[in-house]
Amino acid sequence: MSEIRAEWPLYEVFVRGKRGLNHVHVGSLHAPDDAMALRHARDVYTRRNEGVSLWVVRSDAITASSPDEKDPLFAPSGDKVYRHPTFYEIPENVPHM
Amino acid sequence: MTATADEAELVADFEAILGRHDRIEPRDWMPERYRRTLVRQIAQHAHSEIIGMQPEGAWITRAPSLRRKAILLAKVQDEAGHGLYLYSACETLGVSRQELTELLLSGRQKYSSIFNYPTLSYADVGTIGWLVDGAAICNQVPLCRTSYGPYGRAMIRICKEESFHQRQGYELLMTMQRGTDEQRAMVQESVDRFWWPSLMMFGPPDSQSPNTAQSMAWGIKRDTNDELRQKFVDMTVPQAEALGVTLPDPELAWNAERGHYDFGEPDWDELTAVISGDGPCNAQRMAHRRRAHEDGAWVREAATAFAARTSEDGR
Repeated sequence: MSEIRAEWPLYEVFVRGKRGLNHVHVGSLHAPDDAMALRHARDVYTRRNEGVSLWVVRSDAITASSPDEKDPLFAPSGDKVYRHPTFYEIPENVPHM
Repeated sequence: MTATADEAELVADFEAILGRHDRIEPRDWMPERYRRTLVRQIAQHAHSEIIGMQPEGAWITRAPSLRRKAILLAKVQDEAGHGLYLYSACETLGVSRQELTELLLSGRQKYSSIFNYPTLSYADVGTIGWLVDGAAICNQVPLCRTSYGPYGRAMIRICKEESFHQRQGYELLMTMQRGTDEQRAMVQESVDRFWWPSLMMFGPPDSQSPNTAQSMAWGIKRDTNDELRQKFVDMTVPQAEALGVTLPDPELAWNAERGHYDFGEPDWDELTAVISGDGPCNAQRMAHRRRAHEDGAWVREAATAFAARTSEDGR
């Protein structure tokens, strides 16, 4: 068996399902370069009209918020209930609010 | 705080996420055994998709019509895609694609026993779609709710596509059933060969499946092997009746008291033999996979060289 060479870089794949929607992360793949990553992304993630637009980005180019999903980064938004409309009591007889 | 207290807190957080039926995501802390169990299960699943291209792929050049050929090509391409979704999910657990490839090629990780059976006629393409993909769907639908986020998301994509696989198989068999006596005999012969191996796809009986309890506690598995096997039998019997084939089990009978079909015991020695390498096609499948990997080496090398050169040229 021939030796398995160093791996191609990992890319994250984002698909816009249809016009009017955001691109959404769908998974990842390995490719030698950006152009091949796009071609592979089409073959792997959009075989059934799942999208109208694709983004691929090298995984090592992504900066993420935290080592886990419950980071103190999000703590400041937790105690600001007044940022939500339901915080305010408006009498029932006030229309359209 | 001591290391053990830290660990206890991490375990408590992990258990709390599972308790809420929330998902574990890649960068969450997780017990090493949870990670290892997932790597093994997802990798084995990915390898199955990759090896699973072979039994049907062999018939692409001999498809009876352009329509059947296009369908079969699309199906086999899907299997490759499913393998890639799953490898991608597995890599989020800190194992590399290279390692996974080596584990398959060296035989240290397994793939589903069903792919070690030969495909002797075109009816097998239909039977595999109906029974093998049907069994796979039974296994996989509950895995869409598995506790590990990337695995569940991969399973959702896969399940959407498996439905096409099963329906094209059943339609193929229905078409043959409307044909000649010889074609109907081919269908029955194919069903006779694939029925028991399909039941074995759910794994050993619960009494011999020591990892099931832990996997269920972790939310990796959602149902036991025997529960899924029963569900598959219950789903399949009416489909067989509609198709006009006999399932090769004299013990198969409706049990009104249980509200389920009773069925015979698969030959577990056969399953053990096939898993440990003594199935009809184990050696052939592995040799083919290794050859395909080696034959593709120049393509991988050329693409790597091209990428290196264009990045030197500043594109």
